Amino acid sequence: MNHQRKLSGLATLAAAVSLIAVSAANAADTIKVGVLHSLSGTMAISETTLKDTVLMLIDEQNKKGGVLGKKLEAVVVDPASNWPLFAEKAEQLLVKDKVSVVFGCWTSVSRKSVLPVFEKNNGLLFYPVQYEGEESSKNVFYTGAAPNQQAIPAVDYLMKDIGVKRWVLAGTDYVYPRTTNKILEAYLKAKGVKQEDILINYTPFGHSDWQSIVADIKKFGSAGKKTAVVSTINGDANVPFYKELGNQKISAEDIPVVAFSVGEEELSGIDTKPLVGHLAAWNYFESISNPANSAFIKQWKAYTKNPKRVTNDPMEAHVIGFNMWVKAVEKAKTTDVSKVTDAMIGIEVPNLTGGTAKMLPNHHLTKPVFIGEIHGDGQFDVVWKTPGLVPGDAWSDFLPGSKDIEADWVTLKCGNYNKVTKKCSGQNYE
Amino acid sequence: MVSVLLLAFVVQARAAQNDALAQALTGLTAEDFPTKTDAATAVAATRHPNARAVLTAMLEGNLHFRTADQRVFIVQGDDPLTLTDPLTMQAAGSGATADFTKITTNNRLRKTLKGLIAGFDLSDPDAGVRLAAVNEMMRSLDEDSIVILRARVDDEKDDKVKDAIDTGLALADLDSDDADTRLAAVEHLKGNLSPDVYNRLKRLTERSDEGVHAEPDERVRRGATVAIASIDNWRQIYGGVETLFFGLSLGSVLVLAAIGLAITFGVMGVINMAHGELMMLGAYTTYVVQLAMPNHIGASIIVAVPLAFLVSGLVGVLIERGVVRFLYGRPLETLLATFGISLILQQVVRDIFTANNRPVETPAWMAGSWQINEALSITYNRLYVILFMAVVFAILLFVLKKTTLGLKVRAVSQNRAMAKAMGVRTEWVDALTFGLGSGIAGVAGVALSQLTNVGPNLGQQYIIDSFMVVVFGGVANLWGTLIGGMSLGVVNKVLEPFAGAVLAKILVLIALILFIQRRPRGLFPQKGRAAEA
Repeated sequence: MNHQRKLSGLATLAAAVSLIAVSAANAADTIKVGVLHSLSGTMAISETTLKDTVLMLIDEQNKKGGVLGKKLEAVVVDPASNWPLFAEKAEQLLVKDKVSVVFGCWTSVSRKSVLPVFEKNNGLLFYPVQYEGEESSKNVFYTGAAPNQQAIPAVDYLMKDIGVKRWVLAGTDYVYPRTTNKILEAYLKAKGVKQEDILINYTPFGHSDWQSIVADIKKFGSAGKKTAVVSTINGDANVPFYKELGNQKISAEDIPVVAFSVGEEELSGIDTKPLVGHLAAWNYFESISNPANSAFIKQWKAYTKNPKRVTNDPMEAHVIGFNMWVKAVEKAKTTDVSKVTDAMIGIEVPNLTGGTAKMLPNHHLTKPVFIGEIHGDGQFDVVWKTPGLVPGDAWSDFLPGSKDIEADWVTLKCGNYNKVTKKCSGQNYE
Repeated sequence: MVSVLLLAFVVQARAAQNDALAQALTGLTAEDFPTKTDAATAVAATRHPNARAVLTAMLEGNLHFRTADQRVFIVQGDDPLTLTDPLTMQAAGSGATADFTKITTNNRLRKTLKGLIAGFDLSDPDAGVRLAAVNEMMRSLDEDSIVILRARVDDEKDDKVKDAIDTGLALADLDSDDADTRLAAVEHLKGNLSPDVYNRLKRLTERSDEGVHAEPDERVRRGATVAIASIDNWRQIYGGVETLFFGLSLGSVLVLAAIGLAITFGVMGVINMAHGELMMLGAYTTYVVQLAMPNHIGASIIVAVPLAFLVSGLVGVLIERGVVRFLYGRPLETLLATFGISLILQQVVRDIFTANNRPVETPAWMAGSWQINEALSITYNRLYVILFMAVVFAILLFVLKKTTLGLKVRAVSQNRAMAKAMGVRTEWVDALTFGLGSGIAGVAGVALSQLTNVGPNLGQQYIIDSFMVVVFGGVANLWGTLIGGMSLGVVNKVLEPFAGAVLAKILVLIALILFIQRRPRGLFPQKGRAAEA
């Protein structure tokens, strides 16, 4: 008995030693890929999905033989929805783990927090979420939508197809809604909308008592002109908002709400009855029927072993970003950040909705824009799409401060070039 | 001979209707919405007996066409689809979902469809259906719908429906060329609080940039101005009532969240940071109850109330027996320990139910609103929260004032040493009091599950507010909590329209700090010897 146990102990030891040897051998010829998404805290709901997406993509790439003959190895860290911790973890990924590329961040404040770390250490970040623009860093590729790829087309749709004359801009009180609404307000005014026909409203994170605000919207919308709500309300505050709309009998036919932060993932945890008919603007919907999309959905459900898991827009952004990075590395024949960054510009990969995403010199993508109506099963019916692809514009043309600014990392080699003063003022505007 | 001719005529007419319907149906298979809207209008115009069924199916997303031959069917079920031929209403076999394309609708098309269906419903035997139909048609009055309404008005027997039709026709009459007709219409619309009427009247009083009146007749203009002034007056009054209601309902939520805390904090002096998590447990209990009885969502809330009380109350007793009782008299350590417990409870819930929010359904009897008149409606869920709070408050008051447990609780809170000397088992009372406060938190959680998201962070959103109410109202005083919560709610809602939600919260907080500076013991301080202890 004793003897046997000793033997098995020896065997385990041997196995462990050989395992270490193997992994050490592996470590020498793997390419490390950092994943910087919150796995705990308030943002975990959204970001965990993106971590899983990257892991799935790495898995898939390794099955195809990896990149440059090397296997990819994921290094996952948890910044815990804590903005300063994002910077710390980013530093750890770049300096200690020496990763070749990082996929990560969701909120703008987390991106702003890691930005100096990536610029100081010459790292490479792929940021997959729609954001407020007004930024272009040499070390970041923005695979989500810029305001002109989501907010502006959505407003155009409401104005032209629905005939909206009065606008409620409702948002959560932080940088993305504030900047987006500033851009939209300037845009609407440029289109001849009067100040009295615009109502702007901000609420705190996680706001749940929407009675007076919805009553205000109702009053504002009953002035005889077609009214719509453009919502940059963040995350789960949306549920009580839509519920209150339903309870006060405001239907999507009277006052449609177009949301920029409500997607399939957000709808999967809630009772969607009060939301039916309201709109969302994205560059991807799970319901878009297309062979590439069907294959991706199938792969995702198999990988998560959950037939009910949904896909969403930021996931597609990671798919595009990852495929672009693989292509750029193969083109540059190295994972050296400066060379990959140069190779990235102009790279084209198919997106999941039947088009082609191209990386532009300002580190943004070309994307199609879709408007979907929420359906009873938590999916979207596409009711409108842009005729072609929209190139992402880092600096909005509708804000006085950023109108003259241009980002171009090929000819100008600058993310913040002022066309009037002909000066490049650092990398960031703020 | 005549009957044969008549029959032939009917058959021929039906055949023509069938052709028209078949023709209109092909338009529905188009991809763009304007074509589909025209086709839907054409379907209604055929007056075919099946037209209403086709439009209803389209509205509900049950109208599909076979991709191969573009033939339209009304479908039922998932895969395979059961087909019905819209021309004959006969069963037409079944087909695989993949072979069919759904005829999609958008908001504008759905509005058109509802209006068209309402046109059919005007002759429904049920007065309620007719009233709904008229109201639906009022949302988008056009020449077609006015013709339909005019045809209906003389046949209508029900007063309410007739009133609604008259309002619609009066609105149409405002466009009349005859000034007297317009004047009569304005007279008729006086006192009507509907926003459509208000906007229409308002337009009569407008003047273009060149100073030309939109309404040429002086008398009509004067009539409209008077009517608008009266409507404005009423609207303001109802607006005040509405704000008060909003404030009371927000106050009720605050009271529900705080009242359990008032008991534990007030009686035992324990700062229970896990109070919010006990509410969260109550909300999750509601979710589990709904999972267990998916077919009785309406009753699930009622079942969940006592269960949530038990679950949270038990956890509360465990917390008291396991941790808090060792820390009496050391407030800072109690605070830290209960904060730790709150984190543990959150993580436990995350591990069991995942970090995602859980969908708690709203029963049908709690959805929607009670339309008192055109300018004032009260949402049911908020109304029930106010009532629920009143019931919980009354029960709690009864327990504390009229039962032996309540007597002992009050004795311990007033003078612990003396109560002990009189033979009260203070330890036992402590545990039960903590359990009672926690159980009430669980009950509050059931109410919150209907108002906000059920997730691991639910409790954190309410803990600060709860402490605010307790401190403001005065420790250990239920009435103080009630009045404190209600006034905070009303003040918040009165400020919100002027200051915005973010600033209103800040202003309330500042006002509270100033108040506490003046009266550190809150609205209703404890009096007598206990106050000095």
